[in-house]
Amino acid sequence: MNSANDIFSQPGFQPVHDDFHGDLLELSIGPHHPSTHGVFRMNATLDGEVVVKLKPVFGYLHRNHEKLAEQNSYLASIPYTDRLDYLSSLTNNWAYVHAVEKLAGLAVPERAEYLRVILGELARLINHCCLVGFLLNDLGTSFTPLLYSLRERERMLDLIEELTGSRMMCNFMRFGGLRTDVSADWLARLEHFLDHQFARYLREQDALLTGNEILLARLQHVGILSPKLAVQAGITGPMLRASGVDYDIRKVDQYGIYDRFDFRVPLGDHGDTYDRYMMRMLEMHESVKIIKQAIRDLPVGDFLDPKAKNRGLRPKAGSCYARIEGPKGEIGFHLVSDGSANPYRYRVRPPSLINLTVLEDMCLGRTLADTIVILGSVDIVLGEVDR
Amino acid sequence: MKPCALAGFASEAPTFSSLEALPGDLSDWLVSFLPDIEWLRWLTASLLAIVLILTVFGLTFAMLTVTERKLLGRFQNRYGPNRVRVFGIRVFGFFQPFADAVKALTKEDIVPAAADKVLHLLAPVCLVAFSLLGFAVLPYGREMTLLGNLDAALLFFFAATSASELAIFMAGWSSRNKYALLSAMRALAQLISYELPLLLVAVPAVMLAGTLSLQGIVLSQADWLGGILPHWNILTPWGFAGALIFYIAALAESNRCPFDLPEGESEIIAGFLTEYSGFKYALFFMGEYFGMAALAGLGVTLFLGGWTAPCEFLQFIPSYLWFYLKLVAVVLSFMWMRATLLRLRMDQLMRLSWKFLVPLALVNLGNAAFWQFSSNWEGAWLAARWAISLAVAIVPFLLLAKTLTAGLGPRQYRYA
Repeated sequence: MNSANDIFSQPGFQPVHDDFHGDLLELSIGPHHPSTHGVFRMNATLDGEVVVKLKPVFGYLHRNHEKLAEQNSYLASIPYTDRLDYLSSLTNNWAYVHAVEKLAGLAVPERAEYLRVILGELARLINHCCLVGFLLNDLGTSFTPLLYSLRERERMLDLIEELTGSRMMCNFMRFGGLRTDVSADWLARLEHFLDHQFARYLREQDALLTGNEILLARLQHVGILSPKLAVQAGITGPMLRASGVDYDIRKVDQYGIYDRFDFRVPLGDHGDTYDRYMMRMLEMHESVKIIKQAIRDLPVGDFLDPKAKNRGLRPKAGSCYARIEGPKGEIGFHLVSDGSANPYRYRVRPPSLINLTVLEDMCLGRTLADTIVILGSVDIVLGEVDR
Repeated sequence: MKPCALAGFASEAPTFSSLEALPGDLSDWLVSFLPDIEWLRWLTASLLAIVLILTVFGLTFAMLTVTERKLLGRFQNRYGPNRVRVFGIRVFGFFQPFADAVKALTKEDIVPAAADKVLHLLAPVCLVAFSLLGFAVLPYGREMTLLGNLDAALLFFFAATSASELAIFMAGWSSRNKYALLSAMRALAQLISYELPLLLVAVPAVMLAGTLSLQGIVLSQADWLGGILPHWNILTPWGFAGALIFYIAALAESNRCPFDLPEGESEIIAGFLTEYSGFKYALFFMGEYFGMAALAGLGVTLFLGGWTAPCEFLQFIPSYLWFYLKLVAVVLSFMWMRATLLRLRMDQLMRLSWKFLVPLALVNLGNAAFWQFSSNWEGAWLAARWAISLAVAIVPFLLLAKTLTAGLGPRQYRYA
């Protein structure tokens, strides 16, 4: 016990006070922790197991994304956007090409718009599948619901791989359309998957978990986010809607052709973790509806505007901000062009990072176990938080 | 009283089949080679019995680890371990535990620099030792226990196995890791809280059997109604309620999901196991599985009729096999729970014990007393006996369950 390494013999060692309340425990959760969803770290101060202070620390995955894009041509940044939110690269692609199209004034053919909606909603399904699975895993389900979710995700990834050549890093959208066209067979198989396997997955998930008493006890009235704070902090996506604020960019902006589809936006009343979980479940049902309508109405035509110039694109000097409703919230790109072949300034509005800012407000006074679940319900991907 | 029942078994028991008497006969035969000195023969026979039990449960532990992984795999739509082969034979991966053992033994044993090295080493040893003590008094079969027909067997069981809390706290404290410390706090609170309902539901079985001896409790259930309906405690209202409470408390006592808070992987990494590696980690694993098997064995003894057969005509299957089968079935159901349920939070865990299980266990005590008091009621009174007992078992359960889920429930969502 008297070795030099012993804490007791270190200079400055203070014994724990012997009054009943004792000291606070500072605990560094992460960056390598099973449930921080990547290299994310929380400096938590605990009183027993109750969080009294929580400081998120991030930047471990910083890759200089924005500066790199300013050195690259407009086209060469598309594969980099895949790596932002690597679970839903298709919506990242979409947000970026949407911004460039707005900046350069490019038109998008009708068929390409429909295909973008199909792929974007597919990305939403993949993302929400993952979120629900990982959230339940944070609740200690020994991987069962996670692997059920990943099974469905795998089927969707197979379809996406067949179409784009890559499971996750799709690099599929182009200025003025898409890289390749979609075959009728592919669409038929997608529809078959949604009608059978995925519908069954949603039914099973609802039947087995949504009403489970332990799940209710763990999620309801935990991590409440008030609508006021959510709006003030700039929270977007399912997390904002779980707090009861009706704000879906698909409805507000009606970008692309979203005004043509019949779908509903679910809203929560409590803003707790259970509402955030249910928002994802309900949005999956709506996304399935959108995809089916898009497949039904898909027109024939070009998948890429023949006049669109992808290589060596030089938009006129100016700036623009364009956004879409990503699976995690508002993903937007702010581009400033000085007329050269690469953007003068390139800025991402990452929903994960901004949704993460209210983490401490939701966690204060809750236990360590709740903190992990609340973090899981925020839905972060560190590739997007740190960029 | 014979100190070791295995040795003297063959002379006493009624012979149902030659298999039934096999362990006793085998032991007698082996001992007969020794010189005829009483203490030497007694000692050898005792050691033989101990070695037999350790071997059987050691192998059971090894097979349970791989079975759990394979079962979880099947529940989760995947295969589970199936790669290990010995001499080119694969046997569905059931050689996995031997590969695991080699790995655990050859791995570097890391002790944190700031750890309390003595306690850090002692903790896994203590856990295994305390868990094994429970096996000393379990009745494995007709006239088969290690310590003979110990009169205070139940008391001994609880005294010995509850010491494993100490081992877990030692591990958490000595690692000098904040996650391990949190886990030790959780473990101590959890294990002490669930000790109470566990003990309280064991009392009715004692009341009805009139003895603390586990062998006596089994014998009190060794009867059949019409030769097919066993006289097991679980088939009475108080026994069924008691078995359910026992099951839940046993899950919590053995740190199994949904009560795996002390090693809640997603929250506190691996809890008190965080700073353990190599063979010490394997020892913890072994201790937990032994503890789980011992508790399952006690549950089988108290509520599932111990080694008795479910039907009279099934008695040709040896009693020790019945005990083993029931024990394994209970342990497998623990694994099923793990694949299905979510983890509770600490405060919910404590509430479940103190505000739900303990009151129910106390009511159950009264219920069992009534059951014993009304044991000679007949005819319409017999129906009344069942009705009253069922009501006493079910009504408090429903009332208390409502308080547990107050304010919770599925919600209706509006759409914009």
